[in-house]
Amino acid sequence: MDYFIELLFSGLSRGAIYALIALGYTMVYGIIGLINFAHGEIYMIGAFTSFIVATILTILGFPALAIIVLAGLAAVIWSASYGFTIEKIAYKPLRHAPRLSALISAIGMSMFLQNYVLLAQTSDFLPFPQLIPDFDFMEPIAHIVGSSDMIILVVTTVVMIGLTFLIKYTKIGKAMRATSQDRTMAMLVGINVDRIISVTFIIGSSLAAIGGMLVASHIGQINFYIGFIAGIKAFTAAVLGGIGSIPGAVLGSVVLGLTESFATGYVSSDYEDVFAFSLLVLILIFKPSGILGKVDTQKV
Amino acid sequence: MKLNVSRKLIAAAAGLMFAAAIPAAVVAEDTIKLGVVGPHSGDLASYGLPSVNAAKILTEQINAAGGINGKKIELLVEDTVCDAKTATDVATKLVSDGAQIVLGGICSGSTKAALPIYQNAGILVMSPSATNPALTQSGDYNNFFRTIAPDDAQAKLDVDFALDKLGYTKLAVVHDKGDYGKGFAEFAKKFLEESGRADVVLFEGVTPGAVDYSAIVQKIKKSGAEAVIFGGYHPEASKIVTMMKKKRLEADFISDDGVKDITFIKVAGKYAEGAYASGPMDTSSNPLSKDAVAAHKAEFGSDPGAFYENAYSAVLAMANAVEKAGSTDLDALKKVLQTEKVDTPVGAISFDEKGDAIGVGFSVYQVQDGVFIELK
Repeated sequence: MDYFIELLFSGLSRGAIYALIALGYTMVYGIIGLINFAHGEIYMIGAFTSFIVATILTILGFPALAIIVLAGLAAVIWSASYGFTIEKIAYKPLRHAPRLSALISAIGMSMFLQNYVLLAQTSDFLPFPQLIPDFDFMEPIAHIVGSSDMIILVVTTVVMIGLTFLIKYTKIGKAMRATSQDRTMAMLVGINVDRIISVTFIIGSSLAAIGGMLVASHIGQINFYIGFIAGIKAFTAAVLGGIGSIPGAVLGSVVLGLTESFATGYVSSDYEDVFAFSLLVLILIFKPSGILGKVDTQKV
Repeated sequence: MKLNVSRKLIAAAAGLMFAAAIPAAVVAEDTIKLGVVGPHSGDLASYGLPSVNAAKILTEQINAAGGINGKKIELLVEDTVCDAKTATDVATKLVSDGAQIVLGGICSGSTKAALPIYQNAGILVMSPSATNPALTQSGDYNNFFRTIAPDDAQAKLDVDFALDKLGYTKLAVVHDKGDYGKGFAEFAKKFLEESGRADVVLFEGVTPGAVDYSAIVQKIKKSGAEAVIFGGYHPEASKIVTMMKKKRLEADFISDDGVKDITFIKVAGKYAEGAYASGPMDTSSNPLSKDAVAAHKAEFGSDPGAFYENAYSAVLAMANAVEKAGSTDLDALKKVLQTEKVDTPVGAISFDEKGDAIGVGFSVYQVQDGVFIELK
């Protein structure tokens, strides 16, 4: 039973990590129907920014809490400006082009950013400081769930609730939903669609930056390639949960994380990806729009 | 007119061929042609170029001292890019160019592909870095030697260390599913089972680059292993060792030379303390090694790269064999290599009948206060 609970929490923290990235994928897809492959790189840039800021602040002798807040803030601002700029440069000119063109542009952007960080920083793994200390009150259960796992779980839950609230009950959320349903019609009723799309990219990128910082602090190392691998899994999770749906992204991530964890624990970690992707195939066969995805009815 | 030109060209070419053939035969009398093959361009160039530097430095030294038995060494440097197809083309070219001994290849795969060509021509090949066990142990290549210990020797060392020095009886073997890591792990498992003194309680591969290894760590904990033997490279090793400590798992961590890298300590920080990793024996106190490094600094103005000392040792061993044998005949060379010890930067070495160097090996290191300490 202990073993089951240990695996359960392993799966949950893995799922929460995927969810922080998957939320950005799903938001952008929900609004403009584009799979933003550069999202994983935004996550990586967030991790690098917080790494640089945290290192400087540590040298200057700031207290731990100030370092987390300032490094997180810097990462959010920096990543959000990247997200904003990428949309303006790589996606906006292609908004009326076929979907495939924007997709290729996104893949190109992803490669560009990876290689840019590779050249501007380094190809080596860098040690990321442990920003979240091991809390004393967590010690009795530290063998099951650590302090940083707990923080990631809490942050993911808060972010998911906040986003759902934002989209359901605020003015900008209403405008987002309108843009998502029918962009032309939204424009006709006076919604500034360009601004809504920019805001979506800024929110998505900020989430990726926070995710980048928390996950890098949890794992303890970063390099230019982390965004690609994490991005692929998060994308899978978003599709699993129903791409375009906020709760779906979180649910899909948790399902994926738990599947991987239990596959490792009860079968073999050699087959962890086999189980994860078999599950994806199965769900897509029986529910092509994902667990919580909306079914698009095509009118003739 | 056009016809005339081509006729003249053919005549000229034929003349040139004769002209080239006669001096070549004469030159072959007073030089020893040493082929140097390996990746000299592409992403693996950093593994191949140090061997070229080693060959250049020693060739200059030997030639300045009058050569081997009065014959100068002539270098034939060829780039294989660690590609099997290119390596076989290069081998054919070197054979036709009259290479008599060859230093290289660097990668096990391309070396294996090219070996039969050298073998048919009766040419001695000595690699500074190809560690695939089958190259020597299969017995297929009687012309192949190497100055680096094969991968299985390292697994054997780690297993013996865990059983004899640490006295463990329950071990988990984990790898990164890669050729190198999985190969190492499979050897470790085999040696553990053959010893009959320990149980392999877990044998699994992890996915490189995964965001979180807590599930596999929980599984190791449940298996009751006293130590984990890990085959792979340092990025996964540092994640696993960190997660082991975070999940309060008190098992020892024993790994290979893919982990014995300063980055492992830098990244895993305090969590790396106490971890064991095997790696090439520390030769820095050997005076020949100091000379070899100093020569590289003087000639190229930088510290030597990967496998430099192994390549340096290989050239020394081959030069000694040619000198003692008095020819480059394969059987005569093999006899000297197997019977005579040569002092090299990696130690005093000779070779066994399969082609592996005796006296070159690995040591177990432990992370103590942020540095790898060689355990004697």
